[in-house]
Amino acid sequence: MTNGFEARDLSFQYGATDALKNISFEIARGQFCALLGPNGAGKSTLVSLLTRLLVAPGSGEIRLAGHSLGRSPRNALAALGVVFQQPTLDLDLTVRQNLAYFGALHGLSRRDIRIRSDAALDRLGMLERAEERARNLNGGHRRRTELARALLHHPRMLLLDEPTVGLDAAARAAITDHVHDLADQGMSVLWTTHLTDEVRDSDHLLVLHQGQILEDGKAGDIRGGARLQDWFLERTGGLS
Amino acid sequence: MIIWLRALRAIVGRDFLRFVHQRERFLAALVRPLVWLLVFAAGFRAALGVSITPPYQTYITYETYIVPGLCGMILLFNGMQSSLSLVYDREIGTMRLLLTSPLPRWWLLVCRLIGSTIISILQVYTFLFIAGLFGITMPPLGYVAVLPGLMMAGLMLSALGLVLSSFIKQLENFAGVMNFVIFPMFFLSSALYPLWKMAESSDLLRDICALNPFTHAVEMIRYLLYLDFSWTALIWVVTSTAAFLGMAIWGYDPARGLMKRKSG
Repeated sequence: MTNGFEARDLSFQYGATDALKNISFEIARGQFCALLGPNGAGKSTLVSLLTRLLVAPGSGEIRLAGHSLGRSPRNALAALGVVFQQPTLDLDLTVRQNLAYFGALHGLSRRDIRIRSDAALDRLGMLERAEERARNLNGGHRRRTELARALLHHPRMLLLDEPTVGLDAAARAAITDHVHDLADQGMSVLWTTHLTDEVRDSDHLLVLHQGQILEDGKAGDIRGGARLQDWFLERTGGLS
Repeated sequence: MIIWLRALRAIVGRDFLRFVHQRERFLAALVRPLVWLLVFAAGFRAALGVSITPPYQTYITYETYIVPGLCGMILLFNGMQSSLSLVYDREIGTMRLLLTSPLPRWWLLVCRLIGSTIISILQVYTFLFIAGLFGITMPPLGYVAVLPGLMMAGLMLSALGLVLSSFIKQLENFAGVMNFVIFPMFFLSSALYPLWKMAESSDLLRDICALNPFTHAVEMIRYLLYLDFSWTALIWVVTSTAAFLGMAIWGYDPARGLMKRKSG
């Protein structure tokens, strides 16, 4: 048992179109796994399945932190922190109110929410902006707030769906580094992206293309001597 | 259980904060029924006499007659407004946050219903207060007795909004809700005219009105405001609420409903 992400024989169709074809992978605790795939590869569908926004009845199994998402979704989802590609902050609420809303949805008490919010925001350099409305934050600060929020319930695993889209280079680097640190501290991380420069050689790499896993291994081993971007473009046959 | 209540508090609190931030919505919600009450009803008073029928014990003015219907109107528009805000939540992504919470989805949807209903009831009482300032009053205890009726009618109409939100794909489609849900529900009901009056012009229309759950929500409110009670109305409202909620839970089922159609 990996106690991280486990997907086995996962398939999904939109009508007659296959979005995912018999996907299997495992991400252990303490591992940063980059899920690399061009647009339309099936990354968003996979994220929706891993977060139970979609289910594929009768097709494969997903286990999160050892809990079956199909049979005990509440335990599985309680172990998962998510940063969606689409911004999910309520712009009319302050940073602190956004975190409090999320914390309550995870059953945390007001006291725990206050203590954990302060700690999570402080770690991400957002504590002094806690009382600002989300609407007034720039893109990088909004993403940091979402990351702080995703960590509020102390999840054992973290799923980030293209979290750096629209951010400048400094903000991208800061968030990528922070999440790598979280993996070093024992968290199981799945980071979907189509940007090869966010992947380190030591990362676990999954390459998804046309609904299938093309490669599953250590990023440095997979790319061999080539630049990861060149390798990726060659294997997926187009622009990333 | 305490975890469920914390989620309820958070969802209701967020709805309330959003409502406080949208003062225009509060004003619009009040102006609409007040225009009906103070302009439309005044004009219609001479044209439409209302005879003595239960729960009324004496002849009443038309303004008095339509107050329960206008309470229902506030609940109806708010139910649809909550549908709009759910579609908006889906578009801006906050719905994902709600649906990935480790609580049963049906409970999260019920929390949304309760939040929306509480906001509606605040508006109904404000409307009743203003109506009172214009001399249109109910028995004092009626204002208390009507509270559970408002809660039930509000839950029913919010549940209907929830069903609609699971089928409406984009905010732009919301205009259709106005044309095909709100207006028919409101006009084909006992909100503006008693069913016996409707029967004078068409038995078919009267029968349609009698099958409209909104009619029964209005009648439940009307009876309770006058410290009376209608079992028929209660049964209709409870059954309709259960049916709408069941459809909403089906609509938000990850295996069949909302996100699959949206993603597809």
